[in-house]
Amino acid sequence: MEREQVTPVAAPAQATRAAVYRAPRQRPLWLPQRWYAHIILWIACAVIGFPLFYAMLVATQSQAEVFAYRFLPGTSFADNWNIVINNRHLHTYMINSVFIALAVTAGKTVLSLLSGLAFVYFRFPGKWIVFGFVLITLMMPTEILILALFRFVNSLGWGSTFTALIVPFLASATGTFLFRQHFSNIPAELSEAAQLDGATPLQFLIQVLVPISWNTIGALAVIQFVYVWNMYIWPVLIMRREEYQVVQQGLATLIGGDAALVFGPMMLGAVIASIPPVLVFVLLQKQFMSGFALARDK
Amino acid sequence: MASTPLLITLATTLIGAGLIAYVFRNLGYNVLLGGVLGGVAGALGTLFFMLPVNFCMFAPDPEARYTIELADQIFGLIMIVLGLLMTLWPLRWWAIWWSRRNDPQYATQQVQQGLFKSRFLPFVFLAPTLIILALFLYYPSLDTFRLSTLLARLDSQRTAFVCVDNFTRLVNDTGYFGVVGTTLMISLAIVAIGLVLSLLIATMAYQPLKGARIYRTLLIWPYAISPAVAGIIFLLLFNPTGGIMNYFLNGLFGIKIGWLNDPAAAPWAVIVASVWKSMGFNVLFYIAGLQNVPKDLQEAAAIDGANAIQRFRHVVIPLLSPITFFLVITNITYAFFDTFGTIDYLTGGGPVGSTTTLMYQVYELGIVNKDLGKAAAQSIILFAMVIGLTIVQFRTQGRRVNYGA
Repeated sequence: MEREQVTPVAAPAQATRAAVYRAPRQRPLWLPQRWYAHIILWIACAVIGFPLFYAMLVATQSQAEVFAYRFLPGTSFADNWNIVINNRHLHTYMINSVFIALAVTAGKTVLSLLSGLAFVYFRFPGKWIVFGFVLITLMMPTEILILALFRFVNSLGWGSTFTALIVPFLASATGTFLFRQHFSNIPAELSEAAQLDGATPLQFLIQVLVPISWNTIGALAVIQFVYVWNMYIWPVLIMRREEYQVVQQGLATLIGGDAALVFGPMMLGAVIASIPPVLVFVLLQKQFMSGFALARDK
Repeated sequence: MASTPLLITLATTLIGAGLIAYVFRNLGYNVLLGGVLGGVAGALGTLFFMLPVNFCMFAPDPEARYTIELADQIFGLIMIVLGLLMTLWPLRWWAIWWSRRNDPQYATQQVQQGLFKSRFLPFVFLAPTLIILALFLYYPSLDTFRLSTLLARLDSQRTAFVCVDNFTRLVNDTGYFGVVGTTLMISLAIVAIGLVLSLLIATMAYQPLKGARIYRTLLIWPYAISPAVAGIIFLLLFNPTGGIMNYFLNGLFGIKIGWLNDPAAAPWAVIVASVWKSMGFNVLFYIAGLQNVPKDLQEAAAIDGANAIQRFRHVVIPLLSPITFFLVITNITYAFFDTFGTIDYLTGGGPVGSTTTLMYQVYELGIVNKDLGKAAAQSIILFAMVIGLTIVQFRTQGRRVNYGA
């Protein structure tokens, strides 16, 4: 039983379908008036936005201004900037993070596309065993394996190198499944036509599949970029050389001992470190949502 | 007794044979075949965990580096039962699937794609993925199991086999149960508070309001903030002397809370920071779910005289249950693992261990104290929890009806 069948009341079948598959046009019956929703959403946006907004204000304030609880931009932005960039070299960490995040995102996307292609457009012996092999890795969060991974990566001689932050994360069960799912829903005529035209699998992937898969690629790219950018425990373990550390680690240099927390530079660092992932997320939001079929009303 | 391993294997072989023979009889297949398959599966299931440790918990250590107690034997039995489940359950599942393979009621429709003719190419395409998964996920997993039976230090190559002492010593470790309690409490609060608030916000945000797109963007952006940055920002907000939270609380109610140095308050600082960071993700999925709730059901309920709250409670919430379930699982995973960055920056696991979660404990044991064996054993326990959650997720997703989507 897919869905309980209810006779539409005084509405043609067409209209009922539209109501199901598109965003509702009318006010739902169980909701109060719209103005109510606006007020609640305003409050929600303000509460959710407040921590970052306040962090931005503090990023411009001196320590004395922070303790005076002023909700205005302060006078110490230049000083804080000086500490964060010239003194603690946050930009070095930022560049490292950008490089690693882009490398992993690109690599993961390519490898996931290739494995999705192999799973959907080929028939080969042991397909289900290989598929199971990939499937089971969904149950293995890297965090749990981190000690053994640490030993293994060190034994490869990759300790404190970018390789250690990139290579182990290039394969993705999530990405493979996402593309497998997406490719399975593409009409078979497309691949049949490509084969009749004598296209090789790689030509078919690059010239046919990729151009119609940008939403899925975008969605995966957002997840991976944000995931890699925000990775914390693994870099903390493996990356001991300061000039190669990523920004999530580098922020620790802005926090001295517990006794002397200087909030201005700390918040400036936190805000700067959040710009790339938030920007990527907001810019690719549409792809992100439609890639997961989250947005029905596009 | 040297023959204990043999006796155990024999017993589990018989148990496996009996169970699968019973399954085969019910399905109308050859009972003898079922018995043979079940026997092999039973023996393999036992040996899966027992062979690597050589049945150590059922015999005294010849070199007396560890002692065998009742807890070790019970643990050994649990391992055997888990091993049996791992082989017998899939066998039963496979037998049932086999009996239904020609039944149109269970047939899966799949779009048959035009298939490229090559036996060699798909493996070329899959090779990088498979090699990386094998080297950086499978091998470390197995190595974690191996480490968990050893006395091993991070900075030393020398190790000693200690059977399952790393696990069974936890039974008498009240500190460990405290950590389990903290983890469960923090996870439960993150899931409950996060989901209730997100559902409330999503019920407002999914409607086609003026500026709905802007609202949605402003609601979900914390998804992109890192747990570490969340920790840093809330370090400012929750600072006991200069923090804005206490400034507000003091102004409104005349109280000050030692957010980061009071063991009763510190977990709440972590919870608030984590809920804030994970809310965007939940709101996103609830908005999508609400958009898929069929309106005809609500209209029917309205005609039957249900008021707004009743309709929400009895129509909308049940229809959202698959999404709620998915979010519960992802939020638990988040609370278990991803809160590490938040905790590390915000409280460092303190004060007096009040925000030390299982993951944080693994880090402290393995990296700070360099006690690899113990840390690996605790990782395995976390691992078991994750596998349990995943199985629950798969089973439930398979059964639940996907309403309207």
